[in-house]
Amino acid sequence: MALFSKQNKEAFTNPLNLDHPILVQVLGICSALAVTSQLKPAIVMGLAVTVITAFANVIISILRNTIPNRIRIVVQLVVVAALVTIVSQILKAFVYDVSVQLSVYVGLIITNCILMGRLEAFAMQNKPWPSFLDGVGNGIGYAMILIIVGAVREFFGRGSLLGFQIIDCKDFNNGMMTMPAMALILVGIVIWVHRAYFYKEK
Amino acid sequence: MKLNTNSNAYIIIYSAIMVIIVAFLLAFVSQTLKPMQDANVALDTEKQILNSLNLRGLSDEEAHATYEKIVKFNEADKVYECTLENGEVKYVLPLKGQGMWGGISCFLAIDSDKNTIYGAYFNHESETAGLGAEIKDNVDWQKKFQGKTIFASDAADAIALSVEKNVNNATTVDAVTGATVTSTAVSKMLQEQLTKYMDFLKK
Repeated sequence: MALFSKQNKEAFTNPLNLDHPILVQVLGICSALAVTSQLKPAIVMGLAVTVITAFANVIISILRNTIPNRIRIVVQLVVVAALVTIVSQILKAFVYDVSVQLSVYVGLIITNCILMGRLEAFAMQNKPWPSFLDGVGNGIGYAMILIIVGAVREFFGRGSLLGFQIIDCKDFNNGMMTMPAMALILVGIVIWVHRAYFYKEK
Repeated sequence: MKLNTNSNAYIIIYSAIMVIIVAFLLAFVSQTLKPMQDANVALDTEKQILNSLNLRGLSDEEAHATYEKIVKFNEADKVYECTLENGEVKYVLPLKGQGMWGGISCFLAIDSDKNTIYGAYFNHESETAGLGAEIKDNVDWQKKFQGKTIFASDAADAIALSVEKNVNNATTVDAVTGATVTSTAVSKMLQEQLTKYMDFLKK
């Protein structure tokens, strides 16, 4: 099978539009709300989820024929938990300030529904390479929303982007945008725009 | 031969092997990265102490070099003794307390009269971003501590330094808007923890 056959391309592009994990399946909302008050943690979180989903998908896909059916969820959890712990250790060692900012949310990737959903729905039935593409696609789909929401919230909440002050006002602090409730409303608006203009039923 | 992946023996052996592999992997990663993480934590503490001395925004190397040059930990009194470049001596007191959601901490730099505050830096574990977290993020708020005094007068024995809403005098700092619980917690931390330094402050 060619590396970029039609099916493989679909494994990558479907989660970006037709099967988008946040916009269509509405999974992984909790962390999407929590880490998006600023752009930088949103980007790092998106990156971390992409890497973890991709590699967890590959590992589970390689093991898929050996995993006993009765404990498959346990095996998936162990793989995800191990990967998350490694990523969080790496963040602590190389980008300490970001890991402080993300605090508990990196650990909470373990319970992110997108991961378990992809492992159960895709990696258990497919070969490693399509699984990898599917993981990357879902991760990017998730990161995309985080970055949109993070950028809007940081800009309208603090008047800055990535920490650089853009609106030059000494006490610019719009609490309504920095509170998590606004993230929910923004995600809702993004889902609405996507449904209205980009989403086509199969 | 096709393995029966649903037999009990297979499941037990499979999970045992899986757990052992993962345990070794995590132990290895943790051990390899530990020195770097410890260095990061140590450097972060050094930066926080320098922040309390109003030496902010230094790069990692500058911060470490400056720290080595001016700060010395005094084991007996549990304070950091700092000699600034202009020769002035400051003391930095590490304080710890309980915030709204998790621990909060403070490095309070005082002048050699052991009363006037030279600078302050606050840190927290999990206060709400934009509200309680302002004690760490809002440098202007931390600057409000400069020049305040711990005691109401030189003769007084009670810690007067506190944080209160809409009060702004020689010993009181205005609270962070929208973060009443965290501000009260900061006030409580200052009162309780500074009391423990009473011997040092009155020496």
